[in-house]
Amino acid sequence: MLKQIEGSKAIADTVAACRPEVICAYPISPQTHIVEGLSAIVKAGKLAKCEFINVESEFAAMSVAIGASAAGARAYTATASQGLLYMVEAVYNAAGLGLPIVMTVANRAIGGPINIWNDHSDSMSQRDSGWIQMYAETNQEAADLHVQAFAIAERLSLPIMVCMDGFILTHAYEQIDVPEQELVDKYLPTFNPRQILDPADPVSIGAMVGPEAFTEVKYMSHMKNLQALTVIPEESEKFAQVFNRDSGGLVRPYKMQEARNVVIALGSVLGTIKDVVDEMIHDGYSIGVLGLTTFRPFPFEAVREALTAAHNVFIVEKAFQLGVGGIVTENVRSSLRGTATHDQTLIAGLGGRPITKQSLRTYFEAAIDGRVEELTFLDLDKDLAERELLKEKVGL
Amino acid sequence: MTTTPIKFYQVGSFAVGNRLLSEEDRSIQSDPNRTNALTSGHRACQGCGEALGARYALDAAMRACNDQVIAVNATGCLEVFSTPYPESSWRIPWLHSLFGNAPAVATGVAAAMKAKGRTDVRVVGQGGDGATVDIGFGALSGMFERNDDVLYICYDNEAYMNTGVQRSGATPPAARTATTQAVGSAPGNVFGQGKNLPRIAMAHEIPYVATASVADLRDLEAKVTKAMSFRGARYIHVLVPCPLGWGSASCDTIKIARLATQSGLFPVFEAESGEVTSSTPIRKKVDVEEYLKLQLRYAHLFSPTRNDAVINHLQEMADKNIRRYNLLNQSSES
Repeated sequence: MLKQIEGSKAIADTVAACRPEVICAYPISPQTHIVEGLSAIVKAGKLAKCEFINVESEFAAMSVAIGASAAGARAYTATASQGLLYMVEAVYNAAGLGLPIVMTVANRAIGGPINIWNDHSDSMSQRDSGWIQMYAETNQEAADLHVQAFAIAERLSLPIMVCMDGFILTHAYEQIDVPEQELVDKYLPTFNPRQILDPADPVSIGAMVGPEAFTEVKYMSHMKNLQALTVIPEESEKFAQVFNRDSGGLVRPYKMQEARNVVIALGSVLGTIKDVVDEMIHDGYSIGVLGLTTFRPFPFEAVREALTAAHNVFIVEKAFQLGVGGIVTENVRSSLRGTATHDQTLIAGLGGRPITKQSLRTYFEAAIDGRVEELTFLDLDKDLAERELLKEKVGL
Repeated sequence: MTTTPIKFYQVGSFAVGNRLLSEEDRSIQSDPNRTNALTSGHRACQGCGEALGARYALDAAMRACNDQVIAVNATGCLEVFSTPYPESSWRIPWLHSLFGNAPAVATGVAAAMKAKGRTDVRVVGQGGDGATVDIGFGALSGMFERNDDVLYICYDNEAYMNTGVQRSGATPPAARTATTQAVGSAPGNVFGQGKNLPRIAMAHEIPYVATASVADLRDLEAKVTKAMSFRGARYIHVLVPCPLGWGSASCDTIKIARLATQSGLFPVFEAESGEVTSSTPIRKKVDVEEYLKLQLRYAHLFSPTRNDAVINHLQEMADKNIRRYNLLNQSSES
């Protein structure tokens, strides 16, 4: 049933419908409304057999989730930005121990300078952590991905981050079909943990692994991570059968039939991009969109297949590697190895700067004409930046 | 204030003392059918106080709750020597995550057990002094503040032994470590720094706080047993000499632990809800010097010249503990 509801509230209701047993969280914008919502649901006694732990830091939030998950409980937490970075040591540990924790990342920039607005630099910093990463385009997809996330994580015994743009999605009120309890119960099996801490059958988890076995352990983690590329589409299909709507999966092509130019992006900016692309197609351009729903593991084959007909790809990214350039770009480039497809990178929306249709169209048109550099920062005040750089006299 | 009765056979555990006792008075540790949380074959050094303390503490915890114990371990010696993959010395479910998060991980395990209705399963978190007073301090304080149902045990060997004897927030003044060398005008660790974690734990007003030492294993067992009778956050701080880090003979671990308590440098007491409820009286008071002299980490206090100022300063600390916890002449007062 469609409800006019805030994105965060929809996520709280959806997560509650997944019947988590332990929820732990530390407040950080823009994730706060999600855990406030869950806290109220647990406190009101609406979620039987669930413990809500108010922790003293994000490091503790992930650590509590690790303990709960290792003990066989369905565990959930949410974070953003500096909070995600504060828990990093435990983030890697959760992946290394193969614990199927589900975490919402309400995407937000990383400081300094401190900035509380949206971009993807937080979750992108964790792309090598061993967590599965999925990015929601809309609040509806964010809600649906959370339900699928529990299924995917628990099937693989791997943790998963559901990334949704902070403020743009979390704080937006819109019509959302919040997954109903009855359907969630039908779709999501009971958690059957790979191993649990049980005095009746003692196991040691987290032993010290030396050079003689570390490579094998890491290789196995890598191979298991890759299995997500099979499991994610399966769960998307299963979800569609139960909920009768399409969401999740690896990639989402939009108007790509024979398009010479393809825009690649992830998250909510896809909405704006699609609007621009619609207008450009109307004006005679050959352009389509490829949304990346799954970023980790990276769906190399699916991307390569989707881009068979593309001559140019423009990758719109809300984060970048300082001193290098695009992050998504490098992965797309690997997918395109050996093809003649040309790629260009547009860094946009850093620290919450609005990504407008006009700016995007100007860039796409210039890119199609071959008038852009390989790496472009959208709406950058280059004069100002150059002036300031001169003042710093870097000694070049 | 009540006192802990002293039994004459406390000096023995598995050795002569037990065989001289009647069956029912013998230590449980001499029973071949005893619980065995931490089995033999691990890789601790000879004379390791931590291995001894952990085994007695976990075994006592097992007995106190029908073997329904899950242990959560911080990174450190205890973790490294007990679980070199693919071996494990633990016969209880055991989880190691990170150096600084054992209390929070323990909270997670306890929350899972509560959610699953398994309140018969109890959780013990454990770590060394570095994991407890330094890197895991925030997580520990959070666990105390929420009063989570976890018994946390700190095995305090007064420095980062696993990484090569560096100073921790629990390193005593004047002690030489790899990062407080016995050089300069004030050799060894400085005075006036460091954390007294049992007192910090008490300030959280948690149900139970106790200190113990491997010199008195029956007392350690009794305190773990008592701790397990409470629900909520509990803390036990066990002094565990480290022959490697302290520069002492492996055969002197128990002796040094006893001298620490008998000098007053390490007071043994219990507290409930923030109030001291009992302390173990010193049986035969010794000067701190007797304790210091057995350890190379204090050698600079005696050679090449004797440093009376520092030795007296340490004696003052011991005397303060004796006054604060009423460690002498308890019987004449009551």
